Amino acid sequence: MRPVLTLLAAVLGMLPGTARDLPAPRAPRLLSQTGLYAAPGRVDTRNRPYAPQYPLWSDGAAKSRWVRLPEGAAIDGREEDAWTFPVGTKFWKEFRFHGRKVETRFLWHARPRTWVFASYAWNATQTEATLVPDEGLPDVAEITPGLRHSIPGVTDCRTCHGNGRTEPLGFTALQLSPDRDPGAIHGEPLQPGMLTLAELVAAGRLRHARPDLLVNPPRIRATDPDTRAVLGYLAANCGACHRRDQPIDGLDLDFRHVHAAAGVPEPGQASTVGRPSRFTLPGEAPGRSHRILPGEAGHSTVPYRMASRRPTSQMPPLGSVLADREALDRLRAWIDAGAGTRSR
Amino acid sequence: MFPCTFRAALLAGLSCGLASAAAPDAQLRRGAYLVRIMGCADCHMPRKMGPKGPEMDVARGLSGHPEALVMPAAPELKAPWAWAGAGTNTAFAGPWGVTFAANLTPDAETGLGHWTEAQFLQAVRSGRHLGKGRPILPPMPIQILQAASDADLKALFAYLKAQPPVRNRVPEALEPVASH
Repeated sequence: MRPVLTLLAAVLGMLPGTARDLPAPRAPRLLSQTGLYAAPGRVDTRNRPYAPQYPLWSDGAAKSRWVRLPEGAAIDGREEDAWTFPVGTKFWKEFRFHGRKVETRFLWHARPRTWVFASYAWNATQTEATLVPDEGLPDVAEITPGLRHSIPGVTDCRTCHGNGRTEPLGFTALQLSPDRDPGAIHGEPLQPGMLTLAELVAAGRLRHARPDLLVNPPRIRATDPDTRAVLGYLAANCGACHRRDQPIDGLDLDFRHVHAAAGVPEPGQASTVGRPSRFTLPGEAPGRSHRILPGEAGHSTVPYRMASRRPTSQMPPLGSVLADREALDRLRAWIDAGAGTRSR
Repeated sequence: MFPCTFRAALLAGLSCGLASAAAPDAQLRRGAYLVRIMGCADCHMPRKMGPKGPEMDVARGLSGHPEALVMPAAPELKAPWAWAGAGTNTAFAGPWGVTFAANLTPDAETGLGHWTEAQFLQAVRSGRHLGKGRPILPPMPIQILQAASDADLKALFAYLKAQPPVRNRVPEALEPVASH
């Protein structure tokens, strides 16, 4: 009996040593070999486009995203804010600057506990993209005069997506919620054919989610539209690293949206508004700065660090060389108006 | 930066102060050896002024920049001077900003107490503060650590975690000043 169980466990990839014994899965050399396209320039219809309601800021790049779930497989939605994806799931994200494709990132759940991270750089004729080295590729395209886009290395990819439990960050219950925020910063309208939360549920591609998921869909808890939009932006752009379930030692800073009862403050508000900052703003005494000081955007470290591109203070610390002016304007106006703490 | 004789004296002090605390375990011995040859204490163990000049403040262990030592504004430098360091050799000012040597002792609140081995490796491999934040800044020679094997990094971490914890909250890095 024991050998049979051992064999079964090995087949299912349940033995700790099994994954190590297999050769590590590798990303193909060419983007066209990843399964994104059915023919040159034509995306396979099994790869479904989607658009998160709160996009990640990437220096103003235009983006297209696709996901492919293995035939007959489903996402396990028991943990609403941390879905478990079936082995074989693939994600692609294409980045464009000035109308030209620059890179396409590829995230592939190749086998149990193993996700493959890869980035492909597009050629000059826009006909094919080639796998870049694990270290990434610097300065591949101009963003604005004097600033160039770099393709991140695998280590940086894992910094945001996680080293242990990997998360495709823009494909969550909140990001696909039918209760879409009309005021979302850099929000992208849903296009025909895009995958939605309702379709995932109806098609049985999302299982074990709470029964009222579509009746009471995920939504940033806020008392006014500006607060909703700002906290949604911070959840998407800051919540991958600053989160209660993976705390950064000694920081107690949490931007990640998690499903909770109405009235429970969003972590992005509770852990920032009126809270002291370990970072000291220039000109302020150590220990006197606040993360978000209602009415005082100029004395709040969150917008200061979002506006910075100096290594001592830049936030997010990677993935961007250009501060997000629109988001900063919205954030500062929200802080100056009380950061959601004043009744309207 | 320092005369060889002074450096040798520091290493001798380190060998007495740190290596004796290591458990008789091959991994810990390897970690102690790596800490010595890589000169971790050069910056992470504060110096104090002794009768013969600056000497290691061994009682502080690898606790980094002393919390009580609040640094004044960084000095203005004229080229070709580009950076400056505190007498403790734990605070540094340059074009990158002002940086302070981190507390590498296993104190739960101010050091590596809550760190896991995986987090330590992630910090080294990513070259990022806490494994996911800002770049680890000069003068920390992170590229040397990045050349180490996983086994050596694990030995290093095991050794650091085996040291006596020292409560010492090191300041956050500060923005560069205009003259740097």
